[in-house]
Amino acid sequence: MRLRACLPWIQAAPLALILGGFLLLPILVLIVVSFFDYDSVQILPGFVLTNYVDVLGSVTTWRIYGNTLRYTAIVWVLTTLLGFGVAYVLAFEIRDRAMQMVLFLVCTVPFLTSNIIRQISWIPFLGREGLLNQALLRLGVIDAPLEFLLFSDFAVILAYVHLYTLFMVTPVFNTMMRIDRRLIEAAVDNGANAWQVLTQVIIPLCKPGIAIGSIFVVTLTMGDFMTVRLMSGGQSASVGLMIANQISLLQYPAACAGAVVLLAAVLGMIAAILRIVDIRREL
Amino acid sequence: MRARLRRWALLGFLGLFILFLYGPTFTILLLSFQGPDGGLTFPMNGVSLHWFVRLFQQQAVGDFGGAMQRSLALATMVTVATVSISLSAGLAFRRGFRGADWLFTLTVASLIVPSILISLGIGLLFNQSGLDPTWYGSAFGAQLTWTLPFGLLIMFAVFNRFDRSLEEAARDLGASPAQSLRFVLLPLITPSLIGIALFGFTLSYDEFARTLLTAGSDNTLPLEIYGMTTNVTTPVLYALGTVTTGVSFVAIGLGLWAMRALSRRPAR
Repeated sequence: MRLRACLPWIQAAPLALILGGFLLLPILVLIVVSFFDYDSVQILPGFVLTNYVDVLGSVTTWRIYGNTLRYTAIVWVLTTLLGFGVAYVLAFEIRDRAMQMVLFLVCTVPFLTSNIIRQISWIPFLGREGLLNQALLRLGVIDAPLEFLLFSDFAVILAYVHLYTLFMVTPVFNTMMRIDRRLIEAAVDNGANAWQVLTQVIIPLCKPGIAIGSIFVVTLTMGDFMTVRLMSGGQSASVGLMIANQISLLQYPAACAGAVVLLAAVLGMIAAILRIVDIRREL
Repeated sequence: MRARLRRWALLGFLGLFILFLYGPTFTILLLSFQGPDGGLTFPMNGVSLHWFVRLFQQQAVGDFGGAMQRSLALATMVTVATVSISLSAGLAFRRGFRGADWLFTLTVASLIVPSILISLGIGLLFNQSGLDPTWYGSAFGAQLTWTLPFGLLIMFAVFNRFDRSLEEAARDLGASPAQSLRFVLLPLITPSLIGIALFGFTLSYDEFARTLLTAGSDNTLPLEIYGMTTNVTTPVLYALGTVTTGVSFVAIGLGLWAMRALSRRPAR
């Protein structure tokens, strides 16, 4: 009988141990090391605030945060519009259940394939001699290849939208599938046109899904460093990339201070989203 | 007329989105069959398997074979761990226990904390405590912080829809809790467990940021690919992309096929 009472704890223990050892403990280490000192060869245990003074006091940091927030805002707007649109078509325009599931899978399967490869695959499309430039040249729209397509902010944002829209489609599609269709019929019977149904019935009911998608998109974009490095060709900076660069220079305490600030920023943004929209119903 | 126009516009939008999702990948698939003199962009300079052959010659692109083996082994380990830990925790959450809310918050937090922070934290934790980071130790744990939340959320979705009266019927017929789990619950949720396995395998196989500072001296495949992006300027990069995307698609195909086959199986 005693064993049966303890059973849930035993069953939950592996999860708790893994998350304790590989999530909580590492974050504690980050916080502790962010107060350490360092020189060109090693980390020096201690308690100094210089890392935070360096991070928060430098104009570069603020500029990089500004750039990252700009990326995040643009990517959030684009993925929300695109993700909502795709989810809407899947949920309301595809009437056949089997077809709906197939198309939903088609839209989500790329999430399970390699992000790096999906980014590399833009090179033959966007490059100086890429498909897009070739096509535009042939059509006579431009006289010289467009240089801004690859290795630019444009490429970075395109890659983000390409990678992260799925994170918006899935939760929004889920909330849409749970909307009672009679609500829409009732709105139509009461004289609502398609636009009014969309803005006054569907969008308000989809808010929790949009919020969950937003949390994914915002945190993934804020913490990214690989996309910026690959797609900007070293011409743009992001907070994640700044931390990655400090790591490669072995300036661990500085990287940790940057990481703690980033974590605080991300958690702050999530708190803001959760204040606006209640997602508990979804969980 | 207007309604039909609207419908076609919306379906066209979905079609364009799917093209946007798959188009680039399809381009590099084509270009990986580039002739020996071909470059990174169109036109195709003949058709050949030249770049695939180059890929498997060890000197050409680092340790591709070793990285592939490690990635597959690691993905298998992560799959087994993700399925068993998620199932076990799912059962615990279903019965409820003190601290459940707390553990759930921690699990969701695991999804939200930026990957580079987890990578850095685990790397430092190992270094500071004098342990060597390895792909089967620290990277294994790091990847679980990404796959377990998905596994647990799938378990939640499964148990929310699960009809408890089936288990009550088993109990009324004299089944012990263990028998009810073994003969009623598990067979019914097997397709979902395969779904979790599919997530575990593919997410681990492609995981980059969380593995970067935790894999130690031996690279996994995504780390190898990342290294190649800076110094390989031939279609061998695309051949690698085709191979690794092919592996993912085989895994996804097998997973979906098994889920379908098992959920159709008539109840015994």
